[in-house]
Amino acid sequence: MSTPFYVSPEQLMKDRADFARKGIARGRSLAAVQYADGVLLVTENPSQALHKVSELYDRLAFAAVGRYNEFENLRIAGVRLADMRGYAYDRRDVTGRGLANAYAQTLGTIFSSGGEKPYEVEIFVAEVGATAADDQIYRLTYEGRVADEHGFAVMGGDSETVTSYLTSNYAAGASLSEALGVAVAALGHTGEGDRVIPVEDLEVAVLDRTRTQPRKFSRLRPARVAELLGPRGKPEHAAPLPDDGAPGAGATTSSTDDPSDPTDQVSGHVAPLENPTNGEPSSGEPPVAPPL
Amino acid sequence: MNDARIPGAFLRPGTSSFSDFLAENAPDLLPARRSLPAGSAAEIAPHGTTIVAVTFPGGLVMAGDRRATMGNVIAQRDIQKVFPADEYSVVGIAGTAGLAVEMVRLFQVELEHYEKIEGSILSLDGKANRLSALIRANLGMAMQGLAVVPMFAGYDLDSGTGRIFGYDVTGGRHEEASFFTVGSGSLFARGALKKLYRDDLSPDDAVRVCLQALYDAADDDSATGGPDLTRRIFPIVWVVTADGAVQLADAAIGSLADQVVGARMDRPDGPLAALPGAGQEA
Repeated sequence: MSTPFYVSPEQLMKDRADFARKGIARGRSLAAVQYADGVLLVTENPSQALHKVSELYDRLAFAAVGRYNEFENLRIAGVRLADMRGYAYDRRDVTGRGLANAYAQTLGTIFSSGGEKPYEVEIFVAEVGATAADDQIYRLTYEGRVADEHGFAVMGGDSETVTSYLTSNYAAGASLSEALGVAVAALGHTGEGDRVIPVEDLEVAVLDRTRTQPRKFSRLRPARVAELLGPRGKPEHAAPLPDDGAPGAGATTSSTDDPSDPTDQVSGHVAPLENPTNGEPSSGEPPVAPPL
Repeated sequence: MNDARIPGAFLRPGTSSFSDFLAENAPDLLPARRSLPAGSAAEIAPHGTTIVAVTFPGGLVMAGDRRATMGNVIAQRDIQKVFPADEYSVVGIAGTAGLAVEMVRLFQVELEHYEKIEGSILSLDGKANRLSALIRANLGMAMQGLAVVPMFAGYDLDSGTGRIFGYDVTGGRHEEASFFTVGSGSLFARGALKKLYRDDLSPDDAVRVCLQALYDAADDDSATGGPDLTRRIFPIVWVVTADGAVQLADAAIGSLADQVVGARMDRPDGPLAALPGAGQEA
């Protein structure tokens, strides 16, 4: 049995939170903005196939930033939960609060269990009601906190800069094109200056209470987004993110044998199972921790 | 450990089919997973009757009467038997009403669930095949008298035409090119459609053809309800085109039904079909 080093719970949680926060801040920001007819969700996402915003149920939408594989699993779980509840009871019984709770419990349990890597995701569950006062935006963080946002909310990337821009420019009860204009300008706003995000790099969806169908979610195609935004300046693509671009390059190999580096792939004259620092062949016994 | 999280089965990637997911995780919610005592249950459950569908260039019309019967009793006068399956397709049901309505509900969720998980709409043939699977799962109940025989029709986004699929109780499906009928009054409705159908119908005329066929079915089949002029209960009619599936408003069907009934006052057997070679010596 090995004796682990003592780490205070405060430190453990802080390390895990730092880890998750860093992962989330690496991506681009996503903004949810309430407008006259519902809730607008906008993010900069050059991929047309891998969505960050999608439909959960009649009046519910899901938006996420962070690790794609992790939030995609949560999205599918949400669709299954919602469809199963709607089928077993009634479509009206599927609520944003129920789904936000399920997500919060899941993220919270994963965050506080020692054996699992915390999820590097942040989620919005948006719900559109019969009137603007009934609209809801739930924010779920990596550690399972739930917050109820009003007006607008931003997550991921440099969310503070985007939030400060929206705080000074957001107007309640705006039309769709006004709200979209403000949200897109906010996403293009940085400390160094403003950038016009090209229409084809925007992922835009709305929960529109004026739709006649029971399903209020609708994705806005680039042509429609361009029409709503009207004339803007010269568009500029975003600078590539640190993990954008080329697929993983794989491990680099070094041609020198460094005994202190257990991962180098050149073993020199020593057998693989040796003490990496002094080069002594191992005795065949499993290694034991030094006495305290 | 506090495990209030979403159960693992929900988070596991894999199936995009809602009914497969239910079969694994909540089989009691599936309509076909109930065991029945031996014997026929046909007499104790209301049955829905006649559905007709007609294609026209660029779309189709599906219409159903409003009667459900239990033996010689009219169980319900205003039952709905034609439902939207998704934005571009409709499904009509004949057979045991309770099971059929539940099957339609499951089918609707099945299509929507796939669309949400995969981010794309199933092809029309894919939808028709999923319905086959749901009917096949009901075979045990069908053999005890609780058969469900739906009809599925939709606008094919790839070919730009309306298409109709008929089924049998074992889930076998077949495509019908121009028109189709199911239910107890289907034989009479089909006879009427044979004489009234032509392949250049306008959408409005296709609705008229359907109402005439349902009138003929109600005329000769006691389990099919005709237009109820006193209570203003009229057939349910869905029109599916490239713009999606739309249910016709009661007022619009009411005035069309009044025309049909008015014409029958003069000629109770309905419109006369042209007879080629009439009046010539054989």
